[in-house]
Amino acid sequence: MNCLLLAALGAAISACAARPAPTASPAPSKSAPYPSTYQRRSAPPVLIRNATVLTAAGAELTNASVLIVDGKIAGVGTNLTAPPGVVDMDATGKFVTPGLIDVHSHLGVYAAPSTSAEGDGNEATRPVTAEVWAEHSFWPQDPQIPLAVAGGVTVIQALPGSANLIGGRSAVLRLVPARTVQEMKYPGAPYGLKMACGENPKRVYGKTGPSTRMGNMAGYRSAFIEAQRYGEKWEAWNKSKSGTKPDRDLKLETLVGVLRGQILVQNHCYRADEMAQMLDLGREFGFRIRSFHHAAEAYKIADLLAKEQVAASIWSDWWGFKMESLDGIPENAALVQQAGGIAIIHSDSENGIQRLNQDAAKAMYEGRQAGLPVTREQAIRWITRNPAWALGIDSLTGTLEAGKAADVVVWSGDPFSVYSKAERVYNEGSLVYDRNDPKHQWRTDFNLGTGAPGVGR
Amino acid sequence: MSAAGLVLVVAVALLSVPPAVAQTVAIVGGKVYPVSGPPIDRGTVLLRDGRIAAVGAEVSVPDDAARIDATGKWVTPGLIQTGSTLGLHLLDVGGQVDTREDSLEGPLKPAFNVADALDPTALPLPPARMQGITSAVAVPTTGLIPGQGVMYDLFGERVESLLVRSPAVMVIDFSRSGKAAGGGSRAGIMKRLRQVFRDALEYDRRRDDFRRAAMQPLAASAEDLEALKPVLRGELPVLAIANRKGDIENALRIAREFGLKLVLWQGAEAWQIGADIARARVPVVVEPLTDVPTFDQLAPRLDNATLLRAAGVNVIIAQRDEALHRNLRFAAGNAVRNGLDWNVALRAVTLAAAEAANVGDCYGSLERGKVANVVVWSGDPFEFSSWAEHVFIRGREVPRVSRQTQLRERYRKLPPTY
Repeated sequence: MNCLLLAALGAAISACAARPAPTASPAPSKSAPYPSTYQRRSAPPVLIRNATVLTAAGAELTNASVLIVDGKIAGVGTNLTAPPGVVDMDATGKFVTPGLIDVHSHLGVYAAPSTSAEGDGNEATRPVTAEVWAEHSFWPQDPQIPLAVAGGVTVIQALPGSANLIGGRSAVLRLVPARTVQEMKYPGAPYGLKMACGENPKRVYGKTGPSTRMGNMAGYRSAFIEAQRYGEKWEAWNKSKSGTKPDRDLKLETLVGVLRGQILVQNHCYRADEMAQMLDLGREFGFRIRSFHHAAEAYKIADLLAKEQVAASIWSDWWGFKMESLDGIPENAALVQQAGGIAIIHSDSENGIQRLNQDAAKAMYEGRQAGLPVTREQAIRWITRNPAWALGIDSLTGTLEAGKAADVVVWSGDPFSVYSKAERVYNEGSLVYDRNDPKHQWRTDFNLGTGAPGVGR
Repeated sequence: MSAAGLVLVVAVALLSVPPAVAQTVAIVGGKVYPVSGPPIDRGTVLLRDGRIAAVGAEVSVPDDAARIDATGKWVTPGLIQTGSTLGLHLLDVGGQVDTREDSLEGPLKPAFNVADALDPTALPLPPARMQGITSAVAVPTTGLIPGQGVMYDLFGERVESLLVRSPAVMVIDFSRSGKAAGGGSRAGIMKRLRQVFRDALEYDRRRDDFRRAAMQPLAASAEDLEALKPVLRGELPVLAIANRKGDIENALRIAREFGLKLVLWQGAEAWQIGADIARARVPVVVEPLTDVPTFDQLAPRLDNATLLRAAGVNVIIAQRDEALHRNLRFAAGNAVRNGLDWNVALRAVTLAAAEAANVGDCYGSLERGKVANVVVWSGDPFEFSSWAEHVFIRGREVPRVSRQTQLRERYRKLPPTY
């Protein structure tokens, strides 16, 4: 756990919860720099038959099929017609789910083998570094990436760490073999902005400030006041096109993106009272927080989070490793869901990301044991549809519905059993992992000649 | 009393339970996994005076016994967590040193025993107990020789009523984190250990010279050299932190040189030399969720335990845990997921762990006369869908209450009433 510090909230689940409004078109303009060069790999159509299917979009289906054509879900159901040349797979006894999405990862920015030379996650030189972008740190040869893929993960949000009040832009990435991060960037995904509450910034900057939580708040407010002024300056110039053209400011460009709703705030924030402060911060400056991350105390304000439709991204049961995590409880996700909120299970860990299904399982069964009903179909949303929503890509992926990206996992059995394994993982229709076929167990450059075995070995 | 006697206080004598709580309990009708023998369908486990009084299909239940209907349930020995700081911290809060008691400054601390730091009120204990963990080997951290670990039960009012064996192990760090004490090199670790061990033997031979100050200065204080005596007699096991194949080989080598009784801990690359480890009759405490390469362990594998077992190694399962020590059973489940036989995995968190701590005669299985640490599970203990319905420690049932359950109830309906 390199940054120890984040939790986010998930997507709306309960039938009575209003679906959160989609954010205003977050797609970057054509001229956006550092564009995605991701290209879908062409693959033959695939028909997965006779499986239990958790679509994350409706009731659990039994003896159902999933058809993948040209990287998209072509159909889910019992009466699908297979096109010619289809790869036919009998999945009797197996389960099929959407690809898992981790809203909180530091893969690539805190790469293995975990040396300071590759500790590229925290620009811990001043408390507000909105100008840095996680993608500029990301190392596509991080040997942790294929391990996550073998756990069924197809998309991550790679985040800067939580040393800073405002840590920089996140990168939403497809976990596919690639030479450059541009080849992994999810086309059309909005950027996120990492912000952090509480202990970390005040510990890191204790000598020069902020050294208190009130100092933290003053730091965010000052930054957004600056951003408002910057935005106004540009607006005026764009209108008049007269006088001196304002200078570009990387930091303020990102913050203006937040004020305009184009960049989604991903806010590391454990404590209930601090989350409430951050909601007020959003009101003061007219932006919405998309998800709190590491929201250990989300259950204490589950009603508030549900009303605001801000997601709570959490671990199932981490608690007590720092003061602000003291009150974490394993029923957190179930309580957030019960209140009509958006629960997400995230990892913030190169280990946890390999077993997001197991963490969701724990949260589901802990909820049930406490008398909070959670179905498998609901719990799967904590690691698929809801994180897709928190990243602003829920119209593209996160469920098994016709037209969505074919991000699909075939599990050896119930994904909420400790014994089940991801057997096949499709990333937009491309087979990026097959437990039974070494040809589809990608090894990073780091795995070559170092003895690092990688997946399947 | 000799100094050696002070060091090797074996506290198994403390196992007697206060009569006031010594109720007789009969767990009836469950599927019983004794670990020491085959499973018993619809078996009975009888607990009396803190001990297991009987186990079997044909056990007559005394009239005064409290009966627990375990029909459809699984009954196992309590789980044992090997090598953790559970119980040594009021809380495991990073940076909050006033909650932590697990380490002394300096590289060599063989005389440091953590027993006096054990805290029966430590906040991580109730959640760990509620997950079926009934005993633990608590160990000191930091330095080349962090000190002495102790085995204790997780339920009691005072240290004296928790301790099982003190010391239970001597921790020595052969990994990257031990290097500083070796001057920055793994070879330096070996050099320094050999020097300390030789001096401990020398000290023992020339005690009078030492008292008269007629000896060259030794590599550690008299107290610390004294504490190494049971280690060098091969009585007190060394819990050796070693992940790299080379570190493991170093640990095996020095164990041969000085006649140490070795238990390997973590052992990420142990699968590469399973046959050597088996031949040396050294058990390995495996952490089954380790697969991320570092320069301390370039070749970790999720099926480490499986491969070691296949090579004939006695495997113990443990896992350092970001959720504060509660997830041991799921680590065992993951070992099964990655190929380990289910019964071997159960043994790896019960009897094998007890044997490694030299208490296999009193702990780790459901056998007549053993300490009544017993768990009744709703189903397979390694599954997320199961939970521990009844947990007995020394025959007393553990209440299913923790800070977390209290928080849950307080905030179940919002707004809460304070």
